[in-house]
Amino acid sequence: MATSGNLIEVRHVTKRFGKNKNIVALNDCSLSIKKGEVVVIVGPSGSGKSTMLRTLNLLEIPTEGEVVFEGVNIADKNVDINKHRQKMGMVFQHFNLFPHMTVMQNLTLAPVKVKGMDEKAAEEMGLRLLDKVGLKDRASAYPIQLSGGQKQRIAIVRALCMEPDVMLFDEPTSALDPEMVGEVLEVMRDLAKEGMTMVVVTHEMGFAREVGSRVIFMDAGKILEDKAPSDFFSNPENPRLKEFLSKVL
Amino acid sequence: MSVLWKNMTNFSFLPKYLSYFKNGTICTLVIAVLSVFAAVLPALMLALMRLSKNKVLKNLSGAYIALFRSTPVLVQLYIVYFGPFAVINLPSYKLFGFIDVSMLIPGIVALALNSSAYVAEIIRGGILAVDQGQTEAARSLGLTQAQTMRYVVLPQAVKNIIPTLANELVTMVKESSVIGYLGCQDLMWGTRTTVGATFIPLAPYIFAAAIYFAINYPAGKAIECLERRMRRGDVR
Repeated sequence: MATSGNLIEVRHVTKRFGKNKNIVALNDCSLSIKKGEVVVIVGPSGSGKSTMLRTLNLLEIPTEGEVVFEGVNIADKNVDINKHRQKMGMVFQHFNLFPHMTVMQNLTLAPVKVKGMDEKAAEEMGLRLLDKVGLKDRASAYPIQLSGGQKQRIAIVRALCMEPDVMLFDEPTSALDPEMVGEVLEVMRDLAKEGMTMVVVTHEMGFAREVGSRVIFMDAGKILEDKAPSDFFSNPENPRLKEFLSKVL
Repeated sequence: MSVLWKNMTNFSFLPKYLSYFKNGTICTLVIAVLSVFAAVLPALMLALMRLSKNKVLKNLSGAYIALFRSTPVLVQLYIVYFGPFAVINLPSYKLFGFIDVSMLIPGIVALALNSSAYVAEIIRGGILAVDQGQTEAARSLGLTQAQTMRYVVLPQAVKNIIPTLANELVTMVKESSVIGYLGCQDLMWGTRTTVGATFIPLAPYIFAAAIYFAINYPAGKAIECLERRMRRGDVR
């Protein structure tokens, strides 16, 4: 099946909301992501970029179209989505750490309960990954005791503990105080260097230019441009993108 | 005016009948606590059914809740007592030597059935108040819906549920007075019996009201305090 070498393939996905399905969030979007690529999605708010990202792990169920992950159409109702989600880490704008658990419990919950990993082994892996993001000493803290930047780094580690094949980032720095954005982007940069496949919805144009292998521009539920970052920023073709870049750069 | 005052303050029944009030209070507390505890598990089930995507389960739970909230608890009590418990033979054991189990158990069953309809709504509200992002984060990690409920949502919902559940307990202390109609010797039964035996019409009720107040008012205050403390740690 997966002869194309694409890790994720989105085929003609449309997403409609609302009572009469009359609000179109995604309008016939197609997109493919290769292993090891860092795909950055940018666009004005309401453009459908978050919806696009959330369809990749079926947090949003597409109204039409296919989402093929590792050769399987996971938008198919007969597919056990929980199995595939294990391999797709997700990081949210508002961190969504579990407030009633310590950092370590946050990290080990899914490996132990979902994968049936040994508790000790899960904790060891948790500590090793915490060390990598410089938060080894916060393992027994509760989320409320952490800064925003720390919370988001923990959230990234929580997703990594499932050893995913791809990491999805939904505006990971948008809820952070400016001085904490850097530490989170740093972790993401390191992750990209290690060859992790990443899909990132963000407003950080610097990150898109520096780390992205491709940058995608969305507006009104459509993918309007899909290019290497150098081209994307120096030779924008679409007039909407030109206008967008003139405002954000 | 002076007659009213005399009736209100005629506590001459106390030396002889105080034990009725003492035992009655114990009986009332036992019934209230056991009924609410017995209601929690069925209520959790009703709440989860109500939140489920399965239309049959959802409507079944909805019908139960509607039925029990729209009929008087006294009617429910009689139906339970003269219905199922007319054919179930209960031993005539006396708890603490004065609470007749053959009336206590039907009473608790009826009150618990009634209370579970209300507690179900309390639990449902508590679950819905947990941020949607928590569910999304858990599901994105590959947890099933059931695992998400058990490990992530319910432990947080408990925080919202406990104070309201304690309020339900206060309500039950008052509502359980219907059980006296079965002959179960709760506080109201003791009060009515005292009135009948002494022909003192008012003061026993005043005394009973004072006891109910002395239980429920401090309990209510304690719940408020608990609520404030629980809310303090409530930041994501």
